Amino acid sequence: MKEFFIVAISIMIFIVIFQISKASEYVSVLKGEEKTRRQNNKINAFMLIAFLVIGLWGAWYCNDLYYGKTLFPQGSASLEGEKIDLMLYITIGVTGVVFVITQILLFWFSFKYQEKDGRKAFFFPHNNKLELLWTTVPAIFLTVLVVFGLKYWFKITSDAPKDAVVVEVTGHQFAWEFRYPGKDNVLGKKNYKLSNNPSGNILGVDFEDPESWDDIHTTEMHIPVGKPVKLVIGAQDVIHDVGLPHFRMKMDAVPGIPTTMWFTPIYTTEEMKKRTGNPNFVYEISCDQMCGKGHFSMRGIIVVESEESYKKWLADQKPEYFTFFPDKDPNKQAPAAADTTGKLQASLLPASK
Amino acid sequence: MSTAASLHDVHSHTGHDAHHEHHHHHETFISKYVFSQDHKMIAKQFLVTGIIWAIIGGLFSVIFRLQLGYPDQTFPFLEDFLGHWAKGGKLQPDFYYALVTMHGTVLVFFVLTAGLSGTFANFLIPLQVGARDMASPMLNMLSYWFFFLASVIMISSLFVQTGPANGGWTIYPPLSALGDAAEGSKIGMDLWLVGMALFIVSSLLGGLNYITTILNMRTKGMSMTRMPLTIWALFFTAVLGVLSFPVLLSGAILLLFDRNLGTSFYLSDIYVAGKILPNEGGSAILFQHLFWFLGHPEVYIILLPAMGMASEILSVNSRKPIFGYMAMVGSMFAICILAFLVWAHHMFVTGLNPFLGSVFVLLTLLIAVPSAIKVFNWLTTIWRGNIRFTPGMLFAIGFVSLFISGGLTGIFLGNSSLDIHLHDTYFVIAHFHIVMGVASFFGMFAGVYHWFPKMFGRYLNNTLAYIHFWITIIGAYMIFWPMHYEGLAGMPRRYFDYSNWESFKMFAGLNEFISTVAMIVFAAQLLFVFNFFYSMWKGRKVRTQNPWGANTLEWTTPINPGHGNWPGEIPEVHRWAYDYGKDGKEFIPQTTPVGHDESEH
Repeated sequence: MKEFFIVAISIMIFIVIFQISKASEYVSVLKGEEKTRRQNNKINAFMLIAFLVIGLWGAWYCNDLYYGKTLFPQGSASLEGEKIDLMLYITIGVTGVVFVITQILLFWFSFKYQEKDGRKAFFFPHNNKLELLWTTVPAIFLTVLVVFGLKYWFKITSDAPKDAVVVEVTGHQFAWEFRYPGKDNVLGKKNYKLSNNPSGNILGVDFEDPESWDDIHTTEMHIPVGKPVKLVIGAQDVIHDVGLPHFRMKMDAVPGIPTTMWFTPIYTTEEMKKRTGNPNFVYEISCDQMCGKGHFSMRGIIVVESEESYKKWLADQKPEYFTFFPDKDPNKQAPAAADTTGKLQASLLPASK
Repeated sequence: MSTAASLHDVHSHTGHDAHHEHHHHHETFISKYVFSQDHKMIAKQFLVTGIIWAIIGGLFSVIFRLQLGYPDQTFPFLEDFLGHWAKGGKLQPDFYYALVTMHGTVLVFFVLTAGLSGTFANFLIPLQVGARDMASPMLNMLSYWFFFLASVIMISSLFVQTGPANGGWTIYPPLSALGDAAEGSKIGMDLWLVGMALFIVSSLLGGLNYITTILNMRTKGMSMTRMPLTIWALFFTAVLGVLSFPVLLSGAILLLFDRNLGTSFYLSDIYVAGKILPNEGGSAILFQHLFWFLGHPEVYIILLPAMGMASEILSVNSRKPIFGYMAMVGSMFAICILAFLVWAHHMFVTGLNPFLGSVFVLLTLLIAVPSAIKVFNWLTTIWRGNIRFTPGMLFAIGFVSLFISGGLTGIFLGNSSLDIHLHDTYFVIAHFHIVMGVASFFGMFAGVYHWFPKMFGRYLNNTLAYIHFWITIIGAYMIFWPMHYEGLAGMPRRYFDYSNWESFKMFAGLNEFISTVAMIVFAAQLLFVFNFFYSMWKGRKVRTQNPWGANTLEWTTPINPGHGNWPGEIPEVHRWAYDYGKDGKEFIPQTTPVGHDESEH
C-alpha cells in the first residue's frame, strides 16, 4: 500500500511539473520569446553562481561530516602506510587548489559574461603564450607527484626485509586461511590437487614434504607489532584481494600466481581501540576483488599484539600435521579426535572426489 | 537572429521540402523507419534504443541502491517483479551482483558507447562535413541492427533461470569462467559474451564507416583543420574503437573457449566448490590485460564525443571562437595515443611487476596534461563571451565542472602508491562515475538539447530542460561527492551489505542518503525522457533554419532535411567553424567566402 502511494504521488508530481512547464511555454509565446529567453538567461546565470557558492560550502560541510569517519584522523597503522597518507595529503593539496580555482573560474565566468545588451564577445581564437603556460605548469606539478609517488611505490613494493614474519594467506569462497611456517621458517609444499575440504586439508598441503610438518594453519591472523610482516598470498578458486585499509595495503590473491606484500604494523589492536575510541575495533581483512555472492562477507581478522604475546600465541598453536597424524605428535596427551583420524588420513590421499 | 541566419545562408530553403529531387524511390514505413539507410534515421534509432537502455540500466542502479541504502528493510513489491531473485522482498546477493554487473555493462557499452557515439557520429558526421550520407549506408544500417541483436541477447539473459552475468562488468575470470563459482557464470555469462561479441561487430562497422566518411567525403573546402571539434572528437573515438574493440573480442572468445571447450587460457590451479579442475598453466591476469587494453580506451571512447560536443556548444553559445583549436585537436590526439598506453593502471595491485607499474604511472599522469589543456581552453572560451544559457549550454558547463572534479581524482588513482589504498573502494566508484558516467551523460544531454531541433524540427520544452539540468547536476554531486569519503575509509565496492563490518558500518546513514538522492535523480531523468518523446511530436516547431546562430554546415540544411541532406548542391566551405564575434559580426557561417577586408587570425 505504501508503495502504491509513493507511485501515485510521484506520478502526480510529474503531471504537475509537466503542466507548469507547458504553461510556461505558452506564457513565453504570449510574452514574447526573446523576452522570456533573456529572463531565463538571467535566472540561470544567477543559479550557476549560487551553485558555485553553495557547492563549495557543501564540499566543506561534507568534509566536516565525514572526515572524522575516514581513516586519516587515526593515522596509518603501518609504517609504510604513513608514506601513502603523506602522498595523499600532497595530492589533495595540489588537486584541491586546482579544483577550487578552476571551478570558481568556470562558474564566475559563466555568471560574469552572461548575455547582455551591447556586450560584444571578444574574438580570441588562440594565444601561444597562454597555451604554453598551461601545458608546462600542469606538467611540472605532475612530475612532482610522479616523483613522490614512485619513490614511495618502490619502497613499498621492494623485497621484504629478511627478518620479516612470514604468513601465508589463502582466499577461497568466502573465507581466509592463514598458514605460519613454524620453527624451520619454511612453508611446506602445497599441491592444489590435494585440496580437500571434507578432510580438513583445505589448503592442499603436501604432508610428504617434511617442511610442512611444523606448519601452523589458523583462521585468524596474529602478528607482532613493530616487526615487518610478509604475506604470501594465494587463492584457490577465483581472484580475491587482501584489503587492509588500516595498514593502507592491498594485494590481489590470484589462483595459480602467488603474490606478496609486506608492511610493518605500528599499533596493536588494543592501542587502536584507544586511538579510534571504538572498544570493538578490530583489524579487518576485506576482500576487495569481486569474488561471488558471498564477496561482502569475506571477512578476516588480524590481531596485532606485542611480540611476547604473539610468540606465546604461536607456541600454543598445534602444527596442522599433528591434526592429521596424531600418532606423530611427540606430546600427544589429548587424543580427543581419535575416532575421526582414520577418515582424515584416508582423505589425505589425492582427492577421489 | 533568424533574419541574420537566412541572410548569410547561401542555400536558404524553406523547411518543408523533405522530399527533394535527390530521392526518387518511394519510401515505405519499413525502409524509412526500420531498415533505414539514412544516417539521420539510424542516429535516431541509436538514440531511442540508447534511451531505453539508459532507463533499464538506471533502474538497475535504483534497485540495488535500495539494498545499499536500506539493508535491513524488505520491499515486497520487488518480489512481485523479480520473483525468486527477491524472495520475501529482499534482494538475493546473486541477483544484487547481477544488477551491479548489468548496470555497468549496459551503461558503459549500450548507452555511453552505442547510444552516444552511435547517435552523434551518425547524425553529425555527414551533416557537419558536408556529405549526403555515410560512406556505406548499408554497413551503417547493419551496425544498428547488430547492436539491436546484441541488445536482444543481452536482455534475454535477464530471463534465464540462473540469471544474467554477475561477476562485475569487467567479468574477470576465473569467476566468470566457472559456473560453479557463481550463478551468473552459468548460461548468463555465455549470453553476455555472445551479446558483447555482436556489440563489437556493430561498433566496428560503425567505426570504420565514421573514419571513412570523415577522411573521404568532406565537402569542397572542408580541410581537416576546418572541421568542427565534434568531428575531430568522433574521428578519434572511432579510431580508438576500431583498434581496441577487437582485443576485447579476442579476450571474450578465449573466455568462451575456457568456459565451453576446456581450454586453459585463464585458468590454473583451481579448486572450486569441492572440485579439483584439471586446468593448469593459464593466467587469470592475462584476461585483465586483454580486457583493459580495450577497457581503458573505452573510457575515452565514451568521453571524447562528449568533449567534442561540449567544445562546439560552449563556443556557439558564448558567441566566441573555441580557444586554441589546434591545441584542442592536439590534446585529443595525445589522449588518443596515451589511451592505449595506460591500461595496466587498473592492475597495480594484481602483483604486477613494480617497475612496469611505474611506467604506467608515468604514462597515466601524462594524460592529465592534455586534459588540463582542454579544461583551460574551455575556460578561456567562455571568458569574455556573451553567454546564452540554452539547456545545451548549461549541460556543457556542467560537463566541464564534472570533468574537472572527476579528472582530478584520476590523479589520485593513477599514482600507484595511492592506488594501493584506494583501489576497488568507493573512491574509484566516485571517480569514474563523475568523470566518465555523469560527465559523458552531460555531454550527451548537451548534444541532445542542442541538436534536437535539427533532428526533429521541434524544440524540447525549456522549463523541463532547466528542471532536468538543475536536479541532475545537484543530485550527481550529492551522490558521488560523499562517496570519496567512503573510499578514503577503505570501504570496498561491490558489497551487498556493510553492516557486519566494524570498519565500514558507520556509513549506513550516508548510504541511505545517497540512495534517496539517486532515486530522485532517476525520476528527473524520466522527466527528460518524457520531454523527449512529447516534444518529438508536440514540441514547439522550429521556424528558423539556424536557431542557435551557429556556423557549422548542419544548419544550412532545410529544417527537416530529407535523405541526402541538401536539396541542391552540397555547400562549399570557406573557413573554419568558429568565426564568432569576428570583425564585429556575430557569426560567420562556414559557407561564407572570406571577404578581402577580413582580418587574419
